[in-house]
Amino acid sequence: MADNGTERQGTPVPFRGGGYRYRPMRLIGAATFAILLAIWEVGSRTGFISSLVLPAPSEVASAFGYLWTSGQLWEHLSASLGRLVSGWVLGTVLGVAVGFAIALFAPVRASLSPLVAAIFPVPKIALLPLFIIWFGIGEASKVGLILFGTFFPTVIATYGGVDNVDRGLVRMGQSFGLTRLSIARKILLPGAMPAILSGMRITAAIAIILIVAAELIAAQRGIGAYIQMAGSLFAIDQLVAGVLILSALGLTVSAMITLLERWLLRWRG
Amino acid sequence: MDLSLRNLTKHYGDLLVLDDISLELSSGEIVCLVGPSGCGKSTLLRITGGLERPDGGQVLQMSPPPANSLNPLTFIFQDFALLPWRTVEGNVSLVLEDRPIGEKERAEIVADVLSRTKLSDFAGAWPRQLSGGMRQRVAIARALAVRPAVFLMDEPLSALDAQTRDLLMEDLVQLWLRERFTALYVTHNLAEAVRLGHRIAILSRRPGRIRDIVTIETPIDERRHDNPGLIAVQERLWDMMREEAEAAERELADG
Ligand SMILES: Nc1ncnc2c1ncn2[C@@H]1O[C@H](COP(=O)(O)OP(=O)(O)OP(=O)(O)O)[C@@H](O)[C@H]1O
Ligand SMILES: [Mg+2]
Repeated sequence: MADNGTERQGTPVPFRGGGYRYRPMRLIGAATFAILLAIWEVGSRTGFISSLVLPAPSEVASAFGYLWTSGQLWEHLSASLGRLVSGWVLGTVLGVAVGFAIALFAPVRASLSPLVAAIFPVPKIALLPLFIIWFGIGEASKVGLILFGTFFPTVIATYGGVDNVDRGLVRMGQSFGLTRLSIARKILLPGAMPAILSGMRITAAIAIILIVAAELIAAQRGIGAYIQMAGSLFAIDQLVAGVLILSALGLTVSAMITLLERWLLRWRG
Repeated sequence: MDLSLRNLTKHYGDLLVLDDISLELSSGEIVCLVGPSGCGKSTLLRITGGLERPDGGQVLQMSPPPANSLNPLTFIFQDFALLPWRTVEGNVSLVLEDRPIGEKERAEIVADVLSRTKLSDFAGAWPRQLSGGMRQRVAIARALAVRPAVFLMDEPLSALDAQTRDLLMEDLVQLWLRERFTALYVTHNLAEAVRLGHRIAILSRRPGRIRDIVTIETPIDERRHDNPGLIAVQERLWDMMREEAEAAERELADG
């Protein structure tokens, strides 16, 4: 290449690395929110967005303010949260237990895993009428629906997680004479925990979807019932306030699971 | 504790892996096991430690293990097998938690083995924070905690880089000089075998049979890299290994 000169000329190697790396940019998220809200408010004020289609953020805020001061917010939210938490906790606990049984005992796996595969894809909301017939129109049918809806994904996440635990660690436990219970509790459970936690993230979203759907269909109280009432009265500001409450609920739940993950999986660094 | 392996045979399906293996292991002795890849060394070790059943033959303890031994046959694994969700301390304490000893004594044992393996400063560290050599020292500390009568080591140094391997080998030598443990030590590395073994058993290619057993008379603390006797032994081992390895390669090529 350098056959002509006294001093050899070089060209710098072009840079082609970089990118593909996650950098936290919190401000940009908040700014996007603020800009969208501002555009929305301005659009509503100028009449560009008809208030029949979408009320201004300020109207939504005042609807929310009324909800808050009248005490209705807590009434609806507590009804939804009660169903959500009891159904989700029951579904998760039972799901982890059954998932463990499937992973550990071949006969259980042989008998239950086809059943789980068959029921898992059924949209659970289709079972609500059946649950109402079985358990009545009250709380039990809604809690049961959430339990049912969160149970199956938890089972699948759990036994998948246990299956993926390094068998070398299990053999290590056996070679040191650990009891079966210790192996399950100290090796398999923590090893499956990342999978169980990502399952929990999914089932929390499923639970919120199910509870709102159930309340839309059959409830006097609850965020879903509130949205349903607002809709039938064409009170769009209230309706949008209800939807935003759901969004906030989802965000809160997901933040809580993130905290739980940070604590339980702190060993991953 | 003396161990006696008698006529061990093992199949996996149609594949005969171990064919009539007999070996004696006496107290305070390190027997190294070398042989070509896939000849069944790990299988033999697992059978010896009771993690797998042989199809024929048996492994006998020729005397009761010492009364203070919590886990007479104790493994040290190639990949360390540490629980990533437990700290160094937690990994050691794991193997004591199912034993009938009190909290206080357990903490004492953990502190003792960590100091013997020079890990006291890292008691609270997670495994991911440690280098490979330190992880294997944690595994050694964990093994020491249950006061084994026999160590079963499956290529304990092969996941480490050459320098770390030398350092850890010196640690093992020092450990043996202090504690005179008994060990069955599987390795691919003939230099390791010659450094640490009182006897070296060479397995043939699969199905694994004992092809030869070489005894090294030089005391372990007097073995040096440039000792002509040891070099000669290593060459002899290498000749045997090469024949087996070459034959094994040809077999694979034939299908
Ligand atoms: N659980 C198992 N099921 C079926 N085959 C197995 C099993 N474990 C080992 N084998 C086969 O048995 C043979 C011996 O395996 P083993 O791991 O004991 O060999 P090794 O001498 O330790 O090999 P390496 O030097 O590569 O560690 C191999 O061919 C392996 O594929
Ligand atoms: Mg092996």
